[in-house]
Amino acid sequence: MKNPLIKLAVLAFFFGAAMGITSTVSAQEPMPSDNEVNAIARDLFCPVCENTPLDVCATQACAQWRELIRLKLSEGWNEDQIKQYFVDQYGARVLSEPPKQGLFWLVYVIPPILIFIGVIIFIKALRNIRAIEKEEMALEQTANEPDEYMSKIEEELKGLKNANR
Amino acid sequence: MIPDFGYGLILISFGLAIYSIIASVLGYYKRSFKLVDSARLAMQLMFPLITIASVLLMYLLATDAYYVSFVYEVTSRSMPMYLKITALWGGQAGSLLFWAWTLTAFSAAVTLREWDRDRDLLPWVVVVNSVTAAFFIGLVVFFENPFAKFWQTIDGSVISAMFQPAGAVPFTAPDGQGLNPLLRHPGMIIHPPMLYLGFVSYVIPFSFALAALITGRTDDRWTRITRRWAIVAWLFLSIGLVLGGRWAYDVLGWGGYWGWDPVEIAALMPWLVGTAFLHSVMIQEQRGMFKEWNMILIILTYILVIFGTFLTRSGVLSSVHAFAQSAIGPAFFIFIGITIVISVSLLIYRWSDLKAESELTSLLSRESLFLLNNLLFISILIVCFWGVLFPLISELVTGQKVTVGPPFYERATGPLFAGLLFLMGIAPLSAWGKTTLKTLGRSSWKSAAISTVVVLGFVIFLKMYNPYAIIGFAVVIFSALITLHEFWRAASARSRVQKENLFVALWRIFGKNRRRYGGYLIHLSVIMMAIGIIGLEMFQTETQGTLRQGESITIRDYKVTYTDLAIFDTNDNRNLARAVVSIEKNGKYVGELYPRRDYFYESQQPMTIPGVRSTIEDDLYVLLVDWQPITTEGATFKIYHNPLVNWLWWGTYLLIIGSLVAMWPQKEKSSVREQRKVSKSTILDQSEA
Amino acid sequence: MQIDKKTSPDQVQERSKPKKGMPLAAQIVVWLAILAILGLVAVGLARTQQGNVQIGDQIPDFTLKFFDGYTYDGKSELKLSDLKGKVVVLNFWASWCIPCEDEAAELESSWRYYQDAGQVVFIGVDYVDTEPEARGYLTKFDITYPNGPDLATKISQLFRIKGVPETYFIDKDGKLAYTQIGPFSTEAQIHNIIDGLLAK
Repeated sequence: MKNPLIKLAVLAFFFGAAMGITSTVSAQEPMPSDNEVNAIARDLFCPVCENTPLDVCATQACAQWRELIRLKLSEGWNEDQIKQYFVDQYGARVLSEPPKQGLFWLVYVIPPILIFIGVIIFIKALRNIRAIEKEEMALEQTANEPDEYMSKIEEELKGLKNANR
Repeated sequence: MIPDFGYGLILISFGLAIYSIIASVLGYYKRSFKLVDSARLAMQLMFPLITIASVLLMYLLATDAYYVSFVYEVTSRSMPMYLKITALWGGQAGSLLFWAWTLTAFSAAVTLREWDRDRDLLPWVVVVNSVTAAFFIGLVVFFENPFAKFWQTIDGSVISAMFQPAGAVPFTAPDGQGLNPLLRHPGMIIHPPMLYLGFVSYVIPFSFALAALITGRTDDRWTRITRRWAIVAWLFLSIGLVLGGRWAYDVLGWGGYWGWDPVEIAALMPWLVGTAFLHSVMIQEQRGMFKEWNMILIILTYILVIFGTFLTRSGVLSSVHAFAQSAIGPAFFIFIGITIVISVSLLIYRWSDLKAESELTSLLSRESLFLLNNLLFISILIVCFWGVLFPLISELVTGQKVTVGPPFYERATGPLFAGLLFLMGIAPLSAWGKTTLKTLGRSSWKSAAISTVVVLGFVIFLKMYNPYAIIGFAVVIFSALITLHEFWRAASARSRVQKENLFVALWRIFGKNRRRYGGYLIHLSVIMMAIGIIGLEMFQTETQGTLRQGESITIRDYKVTYTDLAIFDTNDNRNLARAVVSIEKNGKYVGELYPRRDYFYESQQPMTIPGVRSTIEDDLYVLLVDWQPITTEGATFKIYHNPLVNWLWWGTYLLIIGSLVAMWPQKEKSSVREQRKVSKSTILDQSEA
Repeated sequence: MQIDKKTSPDQVQERSKPKKGMPLAAQIVVWLAILAILGLVAVGLARTQQGNVQIGDQIPDFTLKFFDGYTYDGKSELKLSDLKGKVVVLNFWASWCIPCEDEAAELESSWRYYQDAGQVVFIGVDYVDTEPEARGYLTKFDITYPNGPDLATKISQLFRIKGVPETYFIDKDGKLAYTQIGPFSTEAQIHNIIDGLLAK
């Protein structure tokens, strides 16, 4: 290039471009911290290991998945999106609970139902008690012979009972 | 030579078990006491034989006998001696032999008791014990033989068999595979044995229950006999579960002690029903009620023990604990099926004989609250059972695998456990037969008030806003106060009357009623454990970061500084990366911790061992994370802060003490002893007829 | 025992009902529940004893969506049923699987050998992997045969694989002809199996 001004202009251009590029790089979000990754990985299970949460799993595969979470976080994905991505890629078993759809509703519904049945049984037993208690109240009113001797014996027995307890 | 001898002993024991079953049944129907007694002695003899066989296996393990395939599988030359021996239960075959050992030990112990008053129950107790022994010994004999040796066949491949195949020659491996690194921990010495002891000892109450059903002696004789066995079994099972948790906490590096893993739950389920059983039998003894419940509970406990063992060893469930897949699955399944069918049939057959001698008459009576107790435990059981089976159902019906994990279990069982803790407080205040809300209220309002005040204090001064923690602590403090008050009430009354010092009085009341006060001690220990659990589950915090040497990371009141690192090979074939971190709390230096990463060359597996600082209020748990490279330029640390977690371990110590107190035999009055002698001779005279 | 002075003789008689067994309805419920649970466990047990897909089994149809840049027959996905009449070599791999690297070159070279004749199709199924690392693996070994991720592990579940690498050879009728667990040691091994299947 003959004209030094043009040389300068070209240099300036490239310098400016370089500045522009570096400034975009530095303006990018800082990489998500380990804690942010772990917060999501805690709720996920390792797709290949047996029953191991993703934040503590020690295999290389798990390390890759955690880096994947970090990458997705840095791209701006939120927790639900990342979890859904994992489900699409690896199946429902990566979630720590079955998703609330289809057959899986049974997981959540059956225990309360069975416990409810248990409560009904308990209430029935109590109804029985109520009936008996009512009977006894009625009897108390009809049995109106103040048997002093019997009541004395009962008091003594009560006293013994309390002493033994 | 030694393996053959060991196998021979096991074979003989199997024969003895079969003989014992046949002789007992024949003796019962022919009314021949001699036959039944010979069956009893045969059962007794199994124990020394299996003991010698087990000792022989331990000898082989300790002496690097790599011509035996089991020794090859679970040991290696570089393992320390204590691990070589405890590797006995580190693999399927050895652990089945160990099961058989503990089983025959308990069966032999039960044969040594005084049978004179229970001659009719003896044959069936022997039968049930021997059938179980025959099953487990049979598994060892036919499927998983720890004494099988290596043979090299003509085509060069190496197989494992007991007897020499045609054309094959003995083969000795140069070194063993070694135990899975996760199992190389002192916990290996004690967690499996405790758990097995707990599982196996439930055979005894179960056998008495079935004997009671078969002979029609469904009164409380069987519960009285098995009362101590039930506490012993419960104690071992509790210790086994806690040890498993402790081991996971120390070694796994997950910062927790319980992951709701299916195999953990498989061990928890018998504990749940076993605890309900312990309480429910009291009602049968005092009021002649709940006979059906007690039969159901003990049968369920035993079936869950076998079922849990089956789930763990068959590979049906996906779990971190699973043994390698094996052929014993179908055999277990058949055994479980037969046990269930026979037990349930007997139960239905004798159902009418289990009718109660009295009735529930009051809503808040002790019987009523114990019924609620049973229902709560069964509810937790249902939640656990359903959660464990659901992935199986899902896979079969939809083809999709799912995980039922901690959120499900915590949400469902949390309130139920809270209910149990509350019951633990008020049930001792209720009376047999009749209690009103007024009487209960009168004896508990002070404790309720104090616990409310304390919890309010937590909310205001400690800024504890978690609603579950609030309820949890309120219930726990309430129950603790009531239980402590029970001690106080009895001790102060006695010290007043007997003119004794308060502490002496306290000691004496333990002597007078070991069962009750031992029980209250156990309740206090459970409350301590509950405090530890609430602390960790609800208030755990964690943080992770990569540090250069000299840098620090903070969590809560602590500052953790990375000061040094050493990486070296050890003489037992490991590569160790050991970091030194110094800890400051609230600006003050409190000590150093040494988290490390062990890499096992043999199995190419890493293990992270945390450095832990334990105090009464919390644990600082520092892990050296090994998924990133570890250097002084950058090492990644993961730090957990676990509040109150040590209450869990210390509570367990108190639990052991309480159980020992509860099961300690009461000193018999001399007049009672004399009477026993007299009745013994009359029974003997009569039976000679 | 309670001392119940208040019940008159008639009431005592009323209270002590005749002893009866468990009601029939309860018995039926109990046995049904036991049957259901045992049945469930039995089926689960049978499954664990099953092992991989067996030789001779018809492989169920599935769809594999490829990674970007891979096509087969002009499309970005394929169905197994479309490949009837051809020999299919299906390889399960993962970027985190070290033994898989031992056979990657042999597989690619075999593919190039058989590609032009159009009688054999090589398919790579990426098992439980992360896309960036998977692409790195494919680029590293310059793999050109169709490859795609095993979404939701559906395909590996069909074959009931126990790990990676595993390679399944499917004959022209869609039946499983040969299973290779673990990496191939030589390319000749792969050729032998394929030639055997082509000859049928």
